Amino acid sequence: MKHRTFFWFILPTLSAMILFIALPIVSVFVQSLFVEHEQVLLVSESCGPFGCSPTTTVDTEATAKLQAEQPLGRFNGLGTYINRSHLAFAEIGEAWANSDSLGDFWAQVYNLPFYSALTFTMAYTFIVTPLVLALGLAIAVGVNNLPRALKGVAIFISLLPFLVTPLVGSLILFWMVDSDGVIGATIQRIFNDPSLSLKASTALTWTMLMVYGVWHTLPFSFITFYAGLQTVPDDTMEAAQIDGATKWQRLIHVIVPHLMPLVSFVTLMLIMDNFRVFEPIVSFKAEAHAQSLSWIIYNDLRESGNPLYASAGATSLITIILAVILMSPVLVRTWRDFTRKSH
Amino acid sequence: MATKAQSRMTPLKLFSYGFVTFWLIIAAFPFFWTFWGSFKVQADFLSKADWMNALTGANTIEQTGGAFTGAGYHGAWVLEDFWFNFKNTGIVVFFTVLISLTFGTLGGYALARSGFRYAFWILMAALVFRAMPHMTLVSGYLLWFFEWNVWGILPTTIIVLVAINQPFTLWMLHSFFKNIPKDMDESAMVDGCTRFQAFRHVIVPVMWPGVITTGLFSFLLAYNDFTVAVMLLSEENETIIPAINSFMGTTQVEGKVMYAVAAVVSATAPLFVLILFFQRQIVSGLTAGAVKG
Repeated sequence: MKHRTFFWFILPTLSAMILFIALPIVSVFVQSLFVEHEQVLLVSESCGPFGCSPTTTVDTEATAKLQAEQPLGRFNGLGTYINRSHLAFAEIGEAWANSDSLGDFWAQVYNLPFYSALTFTMAYTFIVTPLVLALGLAIAVGVNNLPRALKGVAIFISLLPFLVTPLVGSLILFWMVDSDGVIGATIQRIFNDPSLSLKASTALTWTMLMVYGVWHTLPFSFITFYAGLQTVPDDTMEAAQIDGATKWQRLIHVIVPHLMPLVSFVTLMLIMDNFRVFEPIVSFKAEAHAQSLSWIIYNDLRESGNPLYASAGATSLITIILAVILMSPVLVRTWRDFTRKSH
Repeated sequence: MATKAQSRMTPLKLFSYGFVTFWLIIAAFPFFWTFWGSFKVQADFLSKADWMNALTGANTIEQTGGAFTGAGYHGAWVLEDFWFNFKNTGIVVFFTVLISLTFGTLGGYALARSGFRYAFWILMAALVFRAMPHMTLVSGYLLWFFEWNVWGILPTTIIVLVAINQPFTLWMLHSFFKNIPKDMDESAMVDGCTRFQAFRHVIVPVMWPGVITTGLFSFLLAYNDFTVAVMLLSEENETIIPAINSFMGTTQVEGKVMYAVAAVVSATAPLFVLILFFQRQIVSGLTAGAVKG
């Protein structure tokens, strides 16, 4: 295809991506360098019967004017990145100096909002992803053994949790684990503790969110592996059987290696999607015990009437960098495949 | 060709049946429970005393006289104007899918037919863009949309969703067009067609299966979106998903929780129908990227 024709074909999609994905990333960076204006203060002498005293008032008109002239705020350099709500170098140094054990140090770091969100996001991503991979493979093998008539029904039912809107899916589970809901109330009865609530403890909240994460993404890995299983060559399976491999050995030594390319694809997709975990925290009202990176950005932007663009921008940029680091192994591998093919 | 050895019940097989059954119950039960419960009153749906109430509807009979009540649906659709949010969702979804597919088809075709190095780089960039958490992008828009006075309206949300959807659409359609033999459009060009005419008359008639599959996923992205809609739409333009969220925020009063339950069931119904009719396309779309590598 000629360069010229290619250009016209690609123009609409490329301009959409540049305008609404690439430029916002630049904009996020620019926003993070500025910080909200300080209020303009007026100092005036107010004189009463007992003498004069200086009073300070906020000049709302001048503040609004300043805001309109420079909507970004005033320049702050990288100040936002190292303040307490973000990378907090000073606080970490202090914690390192003052704490006598590693656990104590960690407890202090975990109290910083950014690190607490980072911990949850990473824990969520790296606990849910392997669980979903392993369970998805198990279900795929199981469904593959089912009689033909049942396979379609099994796939239909399995698709439901995956395709349902995340916010709605987590609400459905939330009502069930609520202390008045069917699961929540049953757990209270089993442990005979009416104050037991899944929402009250950090460990239980994390577990609840991760169980939701597995429930929601399991169908994706299941269906991909199931499709992969249809392409396992019969000859190899038969040869392994003749050589005396048991079912379990065939699974480990024939099927799993055959599915390996799919595993890396599914892992990539799962990491991308789990890393942006956000909706379940809103649905489960779990922000007191678990905040994700997306959630703290949302929270900054939600500051009523006065969104903290700088703070949101700084968190966003760090999040974007982390996302790129997480997927860099795949990028490098794709790049190698491509250069090998073209030479 | 099942041999006797293969069809014998082994403990491993029994275990795998049990495991699949267990998963299917976990997958389906919450939906069944919520659907059934949406026709009850709150005292039954969230019943501390006895979960059997949610099945039998003891309090529902006491309060309304029947075992089933449509009060939740009446409250959500009539009293809280939920149909209005549905209309907004309809507009957003329709235009997002339409524009996404138009852009994606043209771009995907070009990428599949161009052997140049920059085509690869565009695909790589799309992969990176696909990984961006949506909330980080939204924080890049917000200030400017306020400044330009385009915040809160449906067209802004539509174009943002189209852009967010592009990386995925491009990858899907790119791999789909790669499977259509090059010879088809090239022979048309030998016969004197321009590239666009060849695309229009040769490729467009055979591309529909791939476009429909991709369209299903664009539909799901636009329909399920919460992050973009909740930040970029004003209250009078809310789509259903943020509307359900604001139900939760404002209606913790007795009885009104059922409005949210009814709204949740109403929002899930279209997805249910979608899976019913398009199961095969959804499954093939999910695995398209994977199986081809």
